[in-house]
Amino acid sequence: MESYKIIEVKESVFANNDREAERVRQDLKRDKTFLLNLMSSPGSGKTTTLLRTIENLKDDLRIGVMEADVDSDVDAKTVAQAGVRSIQLHTGGMCHLDAGMTEQGLREIGTSDLDLVVLENVGNLVCPAEFDTGAVKNAMILSVPEGHDKPLKYPLIFTVCDALVINKIDVLPYFDFDMEKVVEYAHMRNPKLEIFPISAKTGEGVDAWCDWLRRQVRDWNEAK
Amino acid sequence: MHELGIVFYVINTIEQVGREQGLQNVASVTLELGEVSGAIPHELENCWDWAVKRTELMPTARLRIETIPAVTHCGGCGQDYPTVPQGRICPRCGSENTWLIRGNEINIKEIEAI
Repeated sequence: MESYKIIEVKESVFANNDREAERVRQDLKRDKTFLLNLMSSPGSGKTTTLLRTIENLKDDLRIGVMEADVDSDVDAKTVAQAGVRSIQLHTGGMCHLDAGMTEQGLREIGTSDLDLVVLENVGNLVCPAEFDTGAVKNAMILSVPEGHDKPLKYPLIFTVCDALVINKIDVLPYFDFDMEKVVEYAHMRNPKLEIFPISAKTGEGVDAWCDWLRRQVRDWNEAK
Repeated sequence: MHELGIVFYVINTIEQVGREQGLQNVASVTLELGEVSGAIPHELENCWDWAVKRTELMPTARLRIETIPAVTHCGGCGQDYPTVPQGRICPRCGSENTWLIRGNEINIKEIEAI
């Protein structure tokens, strides 16, 4: 009788996903499409920020939006009304998107005639940070009511992001939110993190955020 | 957290190894789990039992978990210290300029198979 043998695998659980994400990025490069993975807590104003961003960029860039949600298409409908192509991705109960699900979404939305695709990830500061979706850049939104201590409580997401949007600055007078502290804590986790305080409601600060994004899209799509 | 998602990744990876090496049955899988990886061993085991039953390669495979202790490095005094009892602030010099050097891993170490 043959006996069981030990086979060394020595691989991170995320290794397959990381390889798939790399393939997604290569396809995006070929199609000259920039993918932004946008993460945040529920209720941070992600969809409102996205609508502001679309309004600011839609004359310069052909934009698509993929809305990820556990279940529902409320956000996709709202975004479609802004006049950009949008689809809803249902994660079927999963708390995050991975590269495989992102790839399916990109195929469905069709990237060949889009300059920028925004992936609105599931509202959650923990799980989405663990999985590379294949996005070119990662950004997160933190809103003033959530508090300035979030970089200490959820360090990983601040480490993997390239940009941090601090939303709802119009309500700063009503909260004990210390802008200097949040910048200090966030840079402690990630010195390269670009930080944009905005109010998606009033439009304050949105230009600086959109200029950053416009620059990233241009650099990616022009690079050989 | 995403224990079920992790279990699916483990199963997918092992099914791939199984195809490459022509394996017929997997008796056990050993995971190395960082102390602060965020995955809870008990939840992983629950998801594991549910998920492996639905596979052909490993319907009765056991999950073994080896814990990797978490270690934090202090940029202030240059020392390492155990993360879990001490947290983010260095117990020696009180610096907040610290970062995790080990303990966030979820690795498939080895499998026992035929």
